[in-house]
Amino acid sequence: MKPFTYERASAPAEAAAAVARTPGAKFIAGGTNLLDLMKLQIETPTHLVDVNRLGLDKIESTPEGGLRIGALVRNTDLASDERVRRDYGVLSRALSAGATGQLRNQATTAGNLLQRTRCPYFYDTAQACNKRQPGSGCSALDGVSRQLAVIGSSEACIATHPSDMAVAMRVLDATVETVKADGSNRAIPMAEFHRLPGDTPQIDTVLQGDELITAVTLPKPAGGKQFYRKVRDRASYAFALVSVAAIIQRDGTGKVALGGVAHKPWRVEAAEAELSRGAKATAAAMLAGAKPTHDNAFKLPLVERTLAAVLADARA
Amino acid sequence: MANPTGATAGFQPTMPVAFTVNGQAANLTLDPRVTLLDALREHLHLTGSKKGCDHGQCGACTVMVNGRRILSCLNLAVMHEGAEITTIEGLGTPENLHPMQAAFVKHDGYQCGYCTPGQICSSVAMLEEIKAGIPSHVTADLTAPVQLTEAEIRERLSGNLCRCGAYSNIVEAVTEVAGRQG
Amino acid sequence: MKFDTPAGTNPIDQLKVVGRATDRIDGKYKTTGTAPYAYERHDVAPNQAYGFVLGAGIPKGRVRTMHLQAAKAAPGVLAIVTTLDMPRMERGKMNAAYLFGGSEVQHYHQAIAVVVAETFEQARDAAALIRVDYDTEPGKFDLAAEAPNAPPVPGDSEEGSGGPPEERIGDFEGAFASAPVKLDARYTTSDESHAAMEPHATIAAWQGDKLTLWTSNQMIAWGKGSIAKIFGLKPENVRLDSPYVGGGFGSKLFIRADAVLAALGAKAAGRPVKVTLTRPLIANNTTHRPATIQRIRIGATQDGRITAIAHESTSGNLPDGDPETAVSQTQLLYAGANRLTSLRLAHLDLPEGNAMRAPGEAPGMMALEVAMDEMAEKLGLDPIEFRIRNDTQVDPENHERRFSQRDLIGCLRLGAERFGWSKRQAPGQVRDGRWLVGMGVAAGFRNNLLMKSAARVRLNREGVVTVETDMTDIGTGTYTIIAQTAAEMMGVPLEKVVVRLGDSDLPASAGSGGQWGANNSTAGVYAACVKLREAVAQKLGINSADAAFADGQVRAGNRSLALADAARDGELVAEDAIEYGDLGKRYQQSTFAGHFVEVGVDAYTAEVRVRRMLAVCAAGRILNPKSARSQVIGAMTMAVGSALTEKLEVDKRRGFFVNHDLAGYEVPVHADIPHQEVIFLDETDPISSPMKAKGVGELGICGVGGAIGNAVYNATGVRVRDYPITLDKLLTKLPETA
Repeated sequence: MKPFTYERASAPAEAAAAVARTPGAKFIAGGTNLLDLMKLQIETPTHLVDVNRLGLDKIESTPEGGLRIGALVRNTDLASDERVRRDYGVLSRALSAGATGQLRNQATTAGNLLQRTRCPYFYDTAQACNKRQPGSGCSALDGVSRQLAVIGSSEACIATHPSDMAVAMRVLDATVETVKADGSNRAIPMAEFHRLPGDTPQIDTVLQGDELITAVTLPKPAGGKQFYRKVRDRASYAFALVSVAAIIQRDGTGKVALGGVAHKPWRVEAAEAELSRGAKATAAAMLAGAKPTHDNAFKLPLVERTLAAVLADARA
Repeated sequence: MANPTGATAGFQPTMPVAFTVNGQAANLTLDPRVTLLDALREHLHLTGSKKGCDHGQCGACTVMVNGRRILSCLNLAVMHEGAEITTIEGLGTPENLHPMQAAFVKHDGYQCGYCTPGQICSSVAMLEEIKAGIPSHVTADLTAPVQLTEAEIRERLSGNLCRCGAYSNIVEAVTEVAGRQG
Repeated sequence: MKFDTPAGTNPIDQLKVVGRATDRIDGKYKTTGTAPYAYERHDVAPNQAYGFVLGAGIPKGRVRTMHLQAAKAAPGVLAIVTTLDMPRMERGKMNAAYLFGGSEVQHYHQAIAVVVAETFEQARDAAALIRVDYDTEPGKFDLAAEAPNAPPVPGDSEEGSGGPPEERIGDFEGAFASAPVKLDARYTTSDESHAAMEPHATIAAWQGDKLTLWTSNQMIAWGKGSIAKIFGLKPENVRLDSPYVGGGFGSKLFIRADAVLAALGAKAAGRPVKVTLTRPLIANNTTHRPATIQRIRIGATQDGRITAIAHESTSGNLPDGDPETAVSQTQLLYAGANRLTSLRLAHLDLPEGNAMRAPGEAPGMMALEVAMDEMAEKLGLDPIEFRIRNDTQVDPENHERRFSQRDLIGCLRLGAERFGWSKRQAPGQVRDGRWLVGMGVAAGFRNNLLMKSAARVRLNREGVVTVETDMTDIGTGTYTIIAQTAAEMMGVPLEKVVVRLGDSDLPASAGSGGQWGANNSTAGVYAACVKLREAVAQKLGINSADAAFADGQVRAGNRSLALADAARDGELVAEDAIEYGDLGKRYQQSTFAGHFVEVGVDAYTAEVRVRRMLAVCAAGRILNPKSARSQVIGAMTMAVGSALTEKLEVDKRRGFFVNHDLAGYEVPVHADIPHQEVIFLDETDPISSPMKAKGVGELGICGVGGAIGNAVYNATGVRVRDYPITLDKLLTKLPETA
């Protein structure tokens, strides 16, 4: 861990300004991923702006009938919120499927979105990794890639995004709200928030350096039956090999997003028209153009079968 | 801006932080890089909290901060100004065991002992989470009260690895304590 | 005490303390966080500095240059010792890899420097400032590619299993060719990491030529000898102290880089230094259980008598390393006149393979017990019945040599009854909601090893008995069984016994490994207590042969004297060791189990989850059923990992284990493990020791993986012969989903 200075911010725009004026500065909230990476010098901030005391820890109803989730709402609190449990079950389920009780007590809504990949080559500073060190190459391409992306990847990077929550947020059509140092705000649809790697895999999201997430908003409840099915080798405390977030209406229509397959939560809206035709057709449409490796080709049938399990539950 | 520490004045080697540990005030001056775990173990010599991985992958460092279980290895000590921290040492002593500690002894819920303080802190806090109605991955109905089952206990303790494999006994110990609490 | 004839009746047989389920005497310390582990011992040496280890970033080659300027100038840095500062140091006994010194890199994350600083944070940061230039050399990292050229080698796990490169009895090829029913199958097991919860850690302090290491080590006497060898010290100038060990499983049998670099760092910094291996370093820096490729051939008559059995295994290791002795149980477990076992060893440039819990048998039984299941199916026999038909009460390679005790059949029969084995259906027939459900069985087998073990026993005027031995408690419950042994022998309650362990200044024990610890270390305590009883009797003026020690009293005839009186003029001290004659050669001493597992396999995703587990063990006298049961369930849990999730992933180009932390290397979590049942058959083995006990800590892992594989087959009808049985190996073979 490189030496850094530390300050506690008291207002969102001030926090953004503090990061803006200090080269190499970063926000820290839960810190569960940032500190992990700082210990390995994969992240090397020179200055940390602690945003934990900004008061962004409330879940409020919006005039549109949705929810506005403060950026600092802890994963446990979001999963436990009565409105979330009742109206956004897929979100509560996704949160509970992620990490552990201890981590969920600490990890924040914004931080969960900003998790970096768990690709083992990203985590090993002796290995080439374009995400960690642009231009150094991708060791995973011909290395061990069982956990990694099967679609939307590039010659530069086959990392996956590790979040469960983000997959639910994607299927819920959430919006990310931010503030910048100059006090300006913007609202970024989840669909646009995370990037595909392309030839700049070091950039995970569309956020700018001094841009602070203040909230995530959910539209009014979508109804339907909501599912988050996470598939992993051990029964808990593991990242998804594949996950399916789905909202299925009584008439068989619905929305689906996938985790564990791409650099971002993977959703193909056009493919959702296939839901009434079943898992095979839907999975084929969602994964059209997939380029799995030898190690992770199993994810294609796994997506199909996991989706089939979800659709069977929806019918039950 | 509250409490700025010299982003413009160059690196400050240390900064003060004050919190309580097991009810006792701790006033430390620390390198900001010091984790809460290392503040406990290396500065306060409270070595009951263990370092099994230092990366949030094992749960051996579990402590309670303001009543919630967290991983002390993934926290900077300076982030906890004013916090109330409870460690394994604050639950009981060899002469006066906490009921959870006594149940672990009775059910042989440990072997090498290294993950044990984390398992116990996690168990104590986890039962409070069930009481508070926090759902888990195995909770069948999100809108009904959470049931206290072995499956719930297993899922909720899955962040505490035990390589000796005492899991079956740990669940018996926790179940007994939970039953006693009603 | 020489133990060379089977034990008769002795004071242990009273079973007033021994044999009773007893809470651990160290439990109150472990549960309160007050048991001191190596890195935590702030009190043992003043002014401790922090050492941080830098590992090599290449798998094979040489360190050309190390650029230290920035690190030396970093705040708080006290000393830097690099591998280029000295010629290659001696390595520890029983190790293939060198730990430090010289430019050669044998494997990834080999230690190449230690940075000593005032604080941990400073040392860690300074270590990251070291830039290293390497000359990389090509290496061999792919076991499957190297296996065809692997030469036959003899094997010795140092833990009781081993064998010549090739062992033949009768005419295997001829008998196999003519057998009416036969199996020829290939199985693979993966590289596995011990992943003990406590990382390797040492505090080192020098006083002149004397070196003290407060460390985490299973085998104190081996460690002391290795440190003396590595540093060229007289053994009497080396002290190791290891009262609590946060898990070992074989990873802490040896001196590792933490101990060597703490000592080098302490020398360079001129003050005590503490070093822990960071978690991401451990998998590649230390040892692991090597992957195997195994071929098993079994030929049998139509009625299920084995006529030919062959087990061949290939594993890889560094040039001076040993093979994984995966075939050794096949020499002893089942009858059959024509037999072949062989070991081959490929040279690999991966980190050193070495002992991990039940080396040899653990991966060997994962293959053999699936082969037995497959063979039973071919024969149309129940797999339990097939095993019973091929049971043997003598060493199948030497019929003159009987097993001291062997009740495998009893284990299997009782287990079948308790587990509800009769409800088992044909493969793929049982469904519970989304789960395909199946049951599997396997035999468990692990040898019982006899090792010299010494102890000293003291009696003071308060009647307190203190036991001193360098034996370690690595979670095994050793403190408690030693206390039970002394309490039984001296006739005092458990509360009157104090046990001191893990200090190399104490009499040398058998140490903790190969499931030999419990029987041998308590037998050593028994021997010392026999001497102390004699000293007490003499002091009290009674004939020791007539004396009965009970309730804090010594009784002879109608006299009854307080035990404490014997120490009224000063402490009485007795020291002895148990040493063995040839009973281990004349009899085959082994432990047996029947392992039963029920799994569910998700019909959609092929996720495998264990639903029920039972082990029935026949392992001699069980000294403390509470901690012995824990040893068995712990081993069963590790077996679940071996069978279903644990695999060090080899990057065959870059030459290292990729998933080198506890997020990537998936050991079982709480949610993976159901309630586990263990039954111990009530037996004693007077041929093993005066304690009549044997080991159980490794028996519990041997065979369980095979039972899981067999249960997966029973659930799905899909036979997976490559461990771990992850969903990708099942998925496309399961029935289509709607």
